[in-house]
Amino acid sequence: MVFTILPEREIQELRNYATLWSGRDSKLFIKGGSRLYASLYFCICNDEEDNELETLAIIHHFVETLDRYFGSVCELDLIFNFHKAYFILDEILIAGAMQETSKRTTLRLIAAQEDLVEVAKMEASSLSNIIAQATK
Amino acid sequence: MAMSGMRGLSVFISDIRNCQNKEQERLRVDKELGNIRTRFKNEKALTPYEKKKYVWKMLYIYMLGYDVDFGHMEAVSLISAPKYPEKQVGYIVTSSLLNENHDFLRLAINTVRNDIIGRNETYQCLALTMVGNIGGREFAESLAPDVQKLLISSSCRPLVRKKAALCLLRLYRKNPDVVNVDGWADRMAQLLDERDLGVLTSSMSLLVALVSNNHEAYWSCLPKCIKILERLARNLDIPQEYTYYGIPSPWLQVKTMRALQYFPTIEDPNARRSLFEVLQRILMGTDVVKNVNKNNASHAVLFEALALVMHLDAEKEMMSQCVALLGKFIAVREPNIRYLGLENMTRMLMVTDIQDIIKRHQAQIITSLKDPDISIRRRALDLLYGMCDVSNAKDIVEELLQYLSTAEFAMREELSLKAAILAEKFAPDLSWYVDVILQLIDKAGDFVSDDIWFRVVQFVTNNEDLQPYAAAKAREYLDKPAIHETMVKVSAYILGEFGHLLARRPGCSPKEIFGIIHEKLPTVSTSTISILLSTYAKILMHSQPPDPELQNQIWTIFKKYESSIEVEIQQRAVEYFALSRKGAALMDILAEMPKFPERQSALIKKAEDTEVDTAEQSAIKLRAQQLSQTSNALVVTEQSHANGIPPGGQLSLVKMPSISSNVDDTSAGERLSQENGTLSKVDSQPPSADLLGDLLGPLAIEGPPVIHTRSSSNSGLEGTVVEATAIVPAGEQTNSVQPIGNIAERFHALCVKDSGVLYEDPYIQIGIKAEWRAHLGHLVLFLGNKNTSPLVSVQALILPPTHLKMELSLVPETIPPRAQVQCPLEVINLHPSRDVAVLDFSYMFGNDRVNVKLRLPAVLNKFLQPISVTAEEFFPQWRSLPGPPLKLQEVVRGVRPLPLPEMANLFNSYHLTVSPGLDPNPNNLVASTTFYSESTRAMLCLIRVETDPADRTQLRMTVASGDPTLTFELKEFIKDQLVSIPTPIAIRPTQLAPASPVAQPSSAPASLTDPGAMLAALL
Repeated sequence: MVFTILPEREIQELRNYATLWSGRDSKLFIKGGSRLYASLYFCICNDEEDNELETLAIIHHFVETLDRYFGSVCELDLIFNFHKAYFILDEILIAGAMQETSKRTTLRLIAAQEDLVEVAKMEASSLSNIIAQATK
Repeated sequence: MAMSGMRGLSVFISDIRNCQNKEQERLRVDKELGNIRTRFKNEKALTPYEKKKYVWKMLYIYMLGYDVDFGHMEAVSLISAPKYPEKQVGYIVTSSLLNENHDFLRLAINTVRNDIIGRNETYQCLALTMVGNIGGREFAESLAPDVQKLLISSSCRPLVRKKAALCLLRLYRKNPDVVNVDGWADRMAQLLDERDLGVLTSSMSLLVALVSNNHEAYWSCLPKCIKILERLARNLDIPQEYTYYGIPSPWLQVKTMRALQYFPTIEDPNARRSLFEVLQRILMGTDVVKNVNKNNASHAVLFEALALVMHLDAEKEMMSQCVALLGKFIAVREPNIRYLGLENMTRMLMVTDIQDIIKRHQAQIITSLKDPDISIRRRALDLLYGMCDVSNAKDIVEELLQYLSTAEFAMREELSLKAAILAEKFAPDLSWYVDVILQLIDKAGDFVSDDIWFRVVQFVTNNEDLQPYAAAKAREYLDKPAIHETMVKVSAYILGEFGHLLARRPGCSPKEIFGIIHEKLPTVSTSTISILLSTYAKILMHSQPPDPELQNQIWTIFKKYESSIEVEIQQRAVEYFALSRKGAALMDILAEMPKFPERQSALIKKAEDTEVDTAEQSAIKLRAQQLSQTSNALVVTEQSHANGIPPGGQLSLVKMPSISSNVDDTSAGERLSQENGTLSKVDSQPPSADLLGDLLGPLAIEGPPVIHTRSSSNSGLEGTVVEATAIVPAGEQTNSVQPIGNIAERFHALCVKDSGVLYEDPYIQIGIKAEWRAHLGHLVLFLGNKNTSPLVSVQALILPPTHLKMELSLVPETIPPRAQVQCPLEVINLHPSRDVAVLDFSYMFGNDRVNVKLRLPAVLNKFLQPISVTAEEFFPQWRSLPGPPLKLQEVVRGVRPLPLPEMANLFNSYHLTVSPGLDPNPNNLVASTTFYSESTRAMLCLIRVETDPADRTQLRMTVASGDPTLTFELKEFIKDQLVSIPTPIAIRPTQLAPASPVAQPSSAPASLTDPGAMLAALL
């Protein structure tokens, strides 16, 4: 299973692909979120024998997690913070399988990662201050 | 929300978004790539922050769809950065930019490993995630043990362990050997006791992969899976955050039920009962609600439960409950559920006794044929196709015909094919069948393949009662203003043959029929014109007394086409013209076509070929099963001699005069010895080069080796006699053709390689191509017709020994001229044995029936896999197997003398890996191999051969394995190879050369045109 986040203009192409892949309307494989998520489209490939409805539930679970993180996620959130989408995705799926189904746990881990980055940044800036002062 | 602190990246993204068109965007991207490239050139000058920024930009550009062919090294190098922020970026960007085969990944293995075995759990998480997403075989081999340790470590927190479980899943997929079954099964069972649902979910995905390969090792997990499912379905002790729309982790439920489906059955009555209780709860507790997301999740669970119920072969009551549920689903609003409802109902068709309950939903299924979603219509078509039988064929086929007019083009061909097959199989009466096919041609002529109208012609020809009706129908269709060309063909053909049966009806005089058919001629293609010319000739023949006016008209047409540039038309015109002047003789030549021999419907064959989908396959399988309950309305009349094929038994075409006198004398004795299952006579023969050995299989190479040398000296006359009898095996058939090449040699060659020619004679070549994996074999037989006329009555029968389960796919009865057909053959090795499977193959060429019995190279060594062992592994194993029956020793005499290196090569060619230098005595040879069968599973076998440098014709051999039968069979097998290595054909040079009427093509140009040679080249 591969997750890719694509910009808007490839969506039409994507729909065509989906129709090609499955020979049917793009409903089962691509979830068009025009109702909830404006211009966000999620596409997921699964093996022939996989449970398709389960796959759909995975997509929706991911969307809900993004929603909680960004507070009603929109296209711009994902474009400017594509790295966050990757971080969150990596906390939900590995090797194409669900690793965590609790949104709370996922977001707690994301927050912990962000703290680590912040701490490192503070250390770095205090360190560069020290160096700056020392070399004055 | 802007990207924290990375202004440069945000500005770049804004720039891209502000581009007016693709060209501008490309320019901006190129500029940025140029910039990044320059900055990376002087990597030392970059701060960690800058490096991070540039790799993010690279990833963004890559996401936009541009090639990023540099900078990978920089991304990978960030993995080894000392600080978390850089490391995190390194891991994420690497796993997005590179795939598992990228060379740079190899450079990172050490760093990744250090992160995994290190103490920092955040680093462990990053490393496990990347390996879990893009790790390849190399990662699997070097990291799997460490990952396993993390997964079962009690000191690791769940956040690490759940990642370790999925990382291991990836590594296992890349190389299943990294998980050692013996050690791991218990651990796996322990993992299922986990309370943390994140870890449990991940572990369950891992289990699904493990049991799908080997359910037996994981039996201990089965009760635990049932426990987990009970806990979830009853919502016992499930934290709120793990429920999704009120459903306790649907993903874990689905995965658990998937794992359960890999166990063949559940025998323990208590376990079975509690599982059925849970399933019952799921089946009854699921309803369609308004919320789409809740529906998706609850139905994901429900459909998995249905699959499990079907797998467990539940009681009929529960099955009918399932069908009732599915019946409800195919009527709901949500397309996804309708789709899955139909798909699962099609799967249900395979369950016995359920069909009647499914039929209750027929009306709703027919409604689904009009669904707005094409995929749902397809599923409905499959289901209707699968559920059709004599009782409902009329309704269903008529619905399909109706739907044909409105169906989209993409579906019409499939639809018409299916309608034609159902009509043929389940027709309540013959006239209805003709109606259906003619309607089909009328409504969807473009989509009706030739097979369909050929078939209707066959039926009409073979059933006299049907002929007037069919002719009348054909005549009706011709009145229509615009008819499809296929309709012209079939009408013209039928009216040509049977038009005279209508003579008294209005508008049906020969002249009128000719007139209306001839109207169509200007609009049709050349292939149809040929048919029309034949029809004209037939009409002419049937108009008695001759009508001079009609005769003149038709002759004019023949005259006109005598100069046609189409050879076929020209020839017909010339010949019919000449024939029609012969008066009475015309009657004989143009008499009604003889009845067709019964044959398998080409349509069904075609349907089998075109369909791949699993749900459809079950429908097809079902069709195959129903062959026996076919409607008896459509019985092609019994095979008569009308086509001039006399029964094969009357022919005696032994073309070797010297033999015929021996045939009677020996065949009786031959039959006797065959019945007894022993072949005393064969023992005196050198095992190769004699046909008998090939025909009668494995026993040929028994016999004390001493005789071997003797027999080659007296191979003269006696050899001829036995060989002659060999051509007349038990039955009455006589083979008038001689094989090209030596069958025994071909067999022996195939024993050590996986593709080649198994048999060849002037008419046919049988090639074989095999793939072996553990105890399974996948063989393909290539049957190539070398001639310009078809081979008919082709039959292939596998006579498997008891230890092999073999399944040969359908072999077509006819092989068209110069064509090659492929017949897959699946082999499962049940237990160790040296017995050999035999292919009983026969065909008719002209009037000759050829029957050969060929040994198939599904021999013991095919189930061996080479394995090399070290001295440390070999000796403890060797000692642990003390003596008989697990370890057997034998002094073998009469061995074909071989220098030791050659013997080692021979061993290696049979997948017995020789370990040089393992035995301190240079005259000895030690080898090892793994044998695979269903009963023994993978089993290590050890062999030691002690040779005597003074006398190379004898040796002492010791074989050891964990299974007594295997030890014995392997010992005998090796002995056979040592004492009876295929002897060269030179022993009896007189035998085969004159016997083969056609010399094997040796020159290059000849082999280019010979399909047999081309086949050989392909293999």
